[in-house]
Amino acid sequence: MSIPETSQLVAGRKGARAKGWAATIARFLVVMVTTYLGLLAVTFFIGRVVPIDPVLAVLGDRAPAHVVERVREEMGLNRPLYIQFYYYLRDALTGNFGTSVLTTNPVMADIRRVFPATMELATVGTLIGSLAGIPLGVLAAVKRGSIADQIVRVVGLVGYSVPIFWLALLSLLLFYAKLQWVAFPGRIDIVYEYSFTPVTGFYLLDSAWQGQWDVFIDVFRHIILPASLLGYFSLAYISRMTRSFMLNELSQEYIVAARAKGLSETRIIWGHALRNAAVPLVTVIALSYAGLLEGSVLTETVFSWPGLGLYITNSLQNADMNAVLGGTIVIGSVFIAINILSDLLYRTLDPRTRAR
Amino acid sequence: MSTAPSQPQSRRDWLLSDRPQSRMQARLGRAYMTWLRFSSNRLAVLGLLIILALILVAIFADVLAPHDPVVGNLAGARLLPPGTEGYLLGTDDQGRDILSRLLHGSRLTLLVIVLVAIIAAPVGLLVGAVSGYVGGWVDAVLMRITDIFLAFPKLVLALAFVAALGPGIENAILAIAITSWPPYARIARAETLTVRNSDYIAAVQLMGASPFRIVLRHVMPMCMSSLIVRVTLDMAGIILTAAGLGFLGLGAQPPLPEWGAMIASGRRFILDQWWVATMPGIAILVVSLGFNLLGDGLRDALDPREASQ
Repeated sequence: MSIPETSQLVAGRKGARAKGWAATIARFLVVMVTTYLGLLAVTFFIGRVVPIDPVLAVLGDRAPAHVVERVREEMGLNRPLYIQFYYYLRDALTGNFGTSVLTTNPVMADIRRVFPATMELATVGTLIGSLAGIPLGVLAAVKRGSIADQIVRVVGLVGYSVPIFWLALLSLLLFYAKLQWVAFPGRIDIVYEYSFTPVTGFYLLDSAWQGQWDVFIDVFRHIILPASLLGYFSLAYISRMTRSFMLNELSQEYIVAARAKGLSETRIIWGHALRNAAVPLVTVIALSYAGLLEGSVLTETVFSWPGLGLYITNSLQNADMNAVLGGTIVIGSVFIAINILSDLLYRTLDPRTRAR
Repeated sequence: MSTAPSQPQSRRDWLLSDRPQSRMQARLGRAYMTWLRFSSNRLAVLGLLIILALILVAIFADVLAPHDPVVGNLAGARLLPPGTEGYLLGTDDQGRDILSRLLHGSRLTLLVIVLVAIIAAPVGLLVGAVSGYVGGWVDAVLMRITDIFLAFPKLVLALAFVAALGPGIENAILAIAITSWPPYARIARAETLTVRNSDYIAAVQLMGASPFRIVLRHVMPMCMSSLIVRVTLDMAGIILTAAGLGFLGLGAQPPLPEWGAMIASGRRFILDQWWVATMPGIAILVVSLGFNLLGDGLRDALDPREASQ
C-alpha cells in the first residue's frame, strides 16, 4: 500500500479533497450504471438469446400453438433484438420482471414477499460468522505458528472445501432428527403461522417487538441451524482475512512504539492493531454478506427456508424463466450495491485511500 | 534431502548453482528450488497426493470398482449399510455399490475441472494480457466487462445459464466456465502491467516484434505462475459449484454417478440410511480440500512474496 507524501497532502488539502470527492462519486456512478446495465444485458442474453425459443422456455413445450403465438407477440419477440432490449431495460428498471408461471403472481411481488427471509438468514449468518471469525483470526495472528493457529487454519480450510448442502443435510440429521435441539425445516411453526403477523418480514425482530416471546423462541429454533451453517462459511473467510490483516498490523512500527510505552498486550492487540485492521475488515464482512446471499440458494433448498434461494430453485425445477431471471437480477443488484457501498465505506474510513 | 544415492551432492549443487551454464540448467534449477519450497510444506504435499490419487482413481476406475456403477442389484442389495460383505460403503436405493459409483464419479469430477480450466484460464489470460498491454480504451472496455461478470454471484449466474441451456453436464461445465474467467483476467492484467514497461519488452519491441507476438510469447508466460496458483485454488470452488448444480438436478443427469447428484438422491433416505448421502459428500470434501491445500502450497512456493497471507 503506497502512502502519499505528507507535504503533498498538506498543500492544498481542502480544494483537492472536495474535487477528489466529486470525481470519486462521479466515477462510482459510472461504475454503478455500467455494471447494472451489464447485469441486465447478461440476463437479457440468457433469457432471450440462449434458449432456442424463449416462448417455450417460458411456457413449456406443452402449450397450444395459439397461446405460443400470443405470448410471442406479447413478449415482443417479433421485433428486432435491440428494440427488445430497450423494452427489457425499461421493464427491468421499473421492477417489472414479468409473471411467474408457477405462482401466477408478478415476479417482483413474489420476490418482495420472499426476500426478507433471505436477508434475515444472511444477516444472522454474517453476525455469527463475524462474532466467531474475528476473534479466531486475531488469536491465530497473535499466536502465529502455534497449535491454535493451525486449528483455525484447518477449520477455515474445511469451510472452504465442504459442500454446504451436504453439511446442511448432516446437521439436520444430527441436530433435528437425533438430538432434537432445533425445529423442523421451515421458518416458523405452523401453529404460529396464523397468530403471528410479521411487519418488517424479519421474524426475529417482529416477534421481539410485539413481545411474543414464544414465537421468538420458535423462530430462533428454526433459524439457528441454517444461520450457523452460513455463519461457518463466512467464518472461514473472515478468520482468514482477519489473521492476514492482523499480521500486517502487528509488524508495523506503531506496535513497537506502543510496546515501548509499556501498554498492555491486550490493549495493543484489541485497541490498536485490531482497530486499524478493522478498516479492511469492513469490506471483507460486506463481501461475505454478499456471498451468503448466494450461499443461501443451496442452504434454503435443504432447510425449506421460504426465501429467494428456494424461490429460484423451485422456479428452476419448473422451468419458470421469468422468476429465475428476476431472482438473478435482484441478487445481482444487491451484489453490486454491496460491492460499491463497501468500497465507499473503505474510502471513508481509511484516510490513506482518499483522492490524492 | 537424501534422494539419489549416486553423487547426491554434486547433482544438488548443479541444480542449485548460482551460475547456470545452460538454459536447461537454469530452468531445472528453478524448478528444483520451487519443489524444495513446496515439499517442505507437509499439508501441500498431502494435497498433491490427494489430487494424484484422484487422477489415478479416475484412470483405473474400471479396474478398481468392484461392481457396475450404473446397473444395481435391485433384488438383493438395496440400501445395504456400509461394511456389508462385497459392499464396503453400502448400496443405494437401486442396489448400486456406492464405492463403485464414487470411483466412477471421480471421472466426472476430473472432467469438469479440466474442461473448466481449459476453457476459462486461456480466455482470462488473453483478455487480461491484451487489456494490460494495449491499455487505453481497449483496457477500459475489457475491464468493465470483466467487472460486470465479477459483480455476479457465481452460482446464481451458473444457475441461470443452465436454466436457459437446459440441464446436463456439458451445459453445467459451460456455465461454470463462463462465470470463472474474470478473476483470471484481473490477475493476468495486473501481471502484465508490472512487466509491460520493463526493459526486456522494450528490447523485443526494438527488435521489431509485433504486439501479437509480444503478448503471446513475452507477456503471457510471465502471468502463468500466478494464474496456475489461482486456478488451483479455484478448483475447489468449481468442484463445489458443479456438485451444487448436480444436487439441484441441473448438472449430470441420472444414472451418471456424479457426486452432487448422488447426495441429492440420498436425501430422501437421510434419516434411516445416512450413508447414501454421506459418502459422496466425503469424497467432495476430500478432493476440494486437496485442491485447497495444493493451491496454498503452490502459492507459497511459486510466489514467496505472498507467503504470509
